[in-house]
Amino acid sequence: MINERSKPGKAHIETATLDVERDRAELERSWETRPGFIGWLTTTNHKSIAIRYIVTAFIFFLFGGILAALMRIQLARPRSEFLGPDAYDQVFTVHGSTMMFLFAVPIMTALGLYFVPLMVGTRNVAFPKLNAFGYYVYLTGGILLYLGLLSNTGPDTGWFSYVPLSGPDFAPGKRVDIWAQMITFTEIAALVAAVEIIVTAFKMRAPGMSLNRIPLFVWAMVVTAFMIIFAMPAIMLASSMLATDRLTGVSTHFFNPAEGGDALLWQHLFWFFGHPEVYIIFIPGTGIVSTLIVTFARRIAFGYTALVLSLISTGFIGFGLWVHHMFATPLPQLGQSFFTGASIMIAIPSGVQIFCWIATLWLGKRLELKTPLLFVLGFVFTFVIGGLTGVMLGSAPLDLQVHDTFFVVAHLHYVLIGGAIFPLFGALYYWFPKWTGRLMNERLGKLNFWLMLIGFHLTFFPMHQLGIQGMPRRVYTYLPETGWGALNLLASIGAAVLTAGVIAFLINVFWSRRHGAPAGDNPWNSDTLEWATSSPPPSYNFLYIPTVRNRYPVWTVEPDTPVVAGLRTDVREALVTHTITAAPDHRYELPNSSIWPLVLAAATAVTFIGVIFTAWAIPIGAALTFIALVGWFWPNSEPAALEAERHRSLPTGDGLSLEQQT
Amino acid sequence: MKRHKETQSRYRVTGCCCAALMFFQDLSGAHSSVEPATPQAGRIANLWWVMFYVSVAVLALVTAALIYAVFRRRSAREQTAPVDLSPNTNRERKATRAAAVALAVTIAILFVLLGLSFTTGRAVSFLSNESPLEIKAVGHRWWWEFQYVDPVPSRGFITANELRLPQGRQIVLTLTSNDVIHSFWAPNLMGKKDLIPGQESRLIFRPEKQGVFRGQCAEFCGFQHAQMGFLVLVESDGDFSDWYNHESQQAVQPSNDSEKRGRQVFLSSTCVMCHTIGGTPANSNIGPPLTHLASRTSIAAATLTNSRENLAKWVTDSQKIKPGNRMPPNVLGPENLDDLLNYLTSLK
Repeated sequence: MINERSKPGKAHIETATLDVERDRAELERSWETRPGFIGWLTTTNHKSIAIRYIVTAFIFFLFGGILAALMRIQLARPRSEFLGPDAYDQVFTVHGSTMMFLFAVPIMTALGLYFVPLMVGTRNVAFPKLNAFGYYVYLTGGILLYLGLLSNTGPDTGWFSYVPLSGPDFAPGKRVDIWAQMITFTEIAALVAAVEIIVTAFKMRAPGMSLNRIPLFVWAMVVTAFMIIFAMPAIMLASSMLATDRLTGVSTHFFNPAEGGDALLWQHLFWFFGHPEVYIIFIPGTGIVSTLIVTFARRIAFGYTALVLSLISTGFIGFGLWVHHMFATPLPQLGQSFFTGASIMIAIPSGVQIFCWIATLWLGKRLELKTPLLFVLGFVFTFVIGGLTGVMLGSAPLDLQVHDTFFVVAHLHYVLIGGAIFPLFGALYYWFPKWTGRLMNERLGKLNFWLMLIGFHLTFFPMHQLGIQGMPRRVYTYLPETGWGALNLLASIGAAVLTAGVIAFLINVFWSRRHGAPAGDNPWNSDTLEWATSSPPPSYNFLYIPTVRNRYPVWTVEPDTPVVAGLRTDVREALVTHTITAAPDHRYELPNSSIWPLVLAAATAVTFIGVIFTAWAIPIGAALTFIALVGWFWPNSEPAALEAERHRSLPTGDGLSLEQQT
Repeated sequence: MKRHKETQSRYRVTGCCCAALMFFQDLSGAHSSVEPATPQAGRIANLWWVMFYVSVAVLALVTAALIYAVFRRRSAREQTAPVDLSPNTNRERKATRAAAVALAVTIAILFVLLGLSFTTGRAVSFLSNESPLEIKAVGHRWWWEFQYVDPVPSRGFITANELRLPQGRQIVLTLTSNDVIHSFWAPNLMGKKDLIPGQESRLIFRPEKQGVFRGQCAEFCGFQHAQMGFLVLVESDGDFSDWYNHESQQAVQPSNDSEKRGRQVFLSSTCVMCHTIGGTPANSNIGPPLTHLASRTSIAAATLTNSRENLAKWVTDSQKIKPGNRMPPNVLGPENLDDLLNYLTSLK
């Protein structure tokens, strides 16, 4: 019944010899994805879906990068005629929207969808069909935005789409509608991912992984997921209100001051989402940094509790500072002071994290400066600059000078590229062997890092000065007399260096996939459970669900560490454990592959895209969605044997037995 | 005035120190947040420099700690020891103390900055008792309307894209918009404030330095947001009242035949549908008022200098200069254009 290697004497654990070969063969069979295109469309494996998310999001990152390059070409010199205002407005809007909605949030949640189940030691996410649905919805939203851009109907009112500029009076045509519906699509996907991550992390952890033993990356993803759940509805509501304001025949006037609506209402709703959004992107980055630092320093995280509490308090305070994006609007001074206070105080948890990371590095063993660690060190330096300018922006009077200038452009790229993309690249180098079984090339990796670091600072550091010198954001050109030409040229040269860094990364990925050094199961000697299985992991993740005795299960694995063996192998079954103690609670059958997520996503797409043109899309879409949901929930006949199986005892690690619970 | 000069030289010194530190060296210009022309912008610039130096110090300390942590020498024994799950060494305790001190210092710094921020915020929104000069600014796509409100209604007037102010007097600027959201920003004078349709906001400042300053729309407002500029001319009291008295008048009458024909061209073409010339039937505010066009130094929202040549280019095809702006191209015969330009340049 339990671990073949089990030693007697620990609690009262039954020992039994396991038929490893039979279990493996059965797991292979019950978890396999159907071959071919149909299999590709119907899979509910969290790893396949997460990899799709990561690849898709990275492609959008490249698109967004190309748009950024176009902007830097345009702004390299004053009065350039490379792009006119019409093209430039579409380019900067789609750049911002892509990076926020189609790249940063999806790629971070995708890392969570891949690694949370592996790190907590389970076989799949909690709701695999929903997970597949989320990806298709996200993909549709992304394609919609780019079809718009390519047909010269790209949104052109900024990623923030302030009304009345984006309202029916000043933005005729379908450009803003495409933007609003893209938002709704991608936020559905984000909400789906958030639900998956929370339930998987709270209910499906390996026995023994109590709350205080959850890996820091998983904590970061949980906090992110909660933030998504509270932030995204605000923007979905706002984008839907904007869509109905714009929809002929409905014309709701939510944001039209002439009809009793309010232009500032949009800004409140948008930034109530928009500021937490920044932390939704940044907090997974901190989870990555904590993971990588522990691995490379080869010591336990300094201040685990402080790190977790910092994440949670960032999650809370992150909702209390949206008004610092609105200091230039006529709001009462006392109200502004409150938001200044909150904006400056959020530096405290960030400071705690930075001190803990430095302490971990200091106390740890000699550091091998491998590419993932270099990206982490680049992150610390860059993010501290971004954090300091963030304190400046939080101060209401100073913000009045730097708000909506290139100073903010610099700041936001310091926190988003420094705070999220550097850790992300570190993570891609770090986990590449887990996905492919091969390490990425170190020399190309170092080249990639230095090009990106130098290119980044060359591009964005001068923008601080441009902002102080009076250059506003979102301008397609500027006059030669302003004297902004030289620093803009420097920024454009920096952008070229940064681009070279990204190209080095792409070359490295394609080269290493074939020719990288074989990695083995745990090339970095890491401590978290995703390294306790093969690279790449089998479809069922673990042959036997591991048990956990401390925060660093892989480092402290001993021959007598028990594994869970009572799960059925002939159906897709996972172990559900208690939220706090992770004591085994019951077994739970996960669904097989299914086509219904794709069908439901198609029905959703018909609804949301149709609404751009006619209100009739809502009843028609509701009917289609209903049909898809009937298919989705159609019960499978359950073999009687399964019912009997439920009462089988299930001994597990830490002397826990499932008998009492079932 | 003397005090103001002192502060000026202090900025120069600070600027020089700074050049040595990083490349914030040359922040000169008519649109710079750190070359204040009002006490209000001066307070904000002070706050900026405090935060700047604190940030440089914090960054230096954190980077030094990071470099030390990465490159610290490790003993061979330390290097080979197994991972300790509950380390309790001397070094561990030292690290805990260091982190606690760093956190305490961080919190202290943040509270000091917060306090400075509050006092600065109070100072820059302070309204003194003396009667201010009240001006209303209305944002249009893509030009600025400035309404000088006079106690004698007939002496009030409207001008565009150039805000003239008397030196040393408190200004209260009321801001609103009649289309989309714009933002009024002249960095040397004061921080920005949004112009929001259906709402009024207010900026208070006191220009204490004569000169020409540049401002620009800071909230994205569509195609020509990038070139929605304006100039602020701070003048002596005498110069200002001369200008004020002149602006209160209607437009001058054409003085020769060509100018008369030019006025006829203006009134019989599409010009009249969008522009105002005081004393003529032209009375619309879609485009900027042209009553005293020739006394302005720039045209096209502070984008072109006000010359006959630029005016000709602008009138015939402004779309080439500022694509997407609301003025259509005008097809005028060479004689008509010449007459029109004669008339427009006579509008002193």
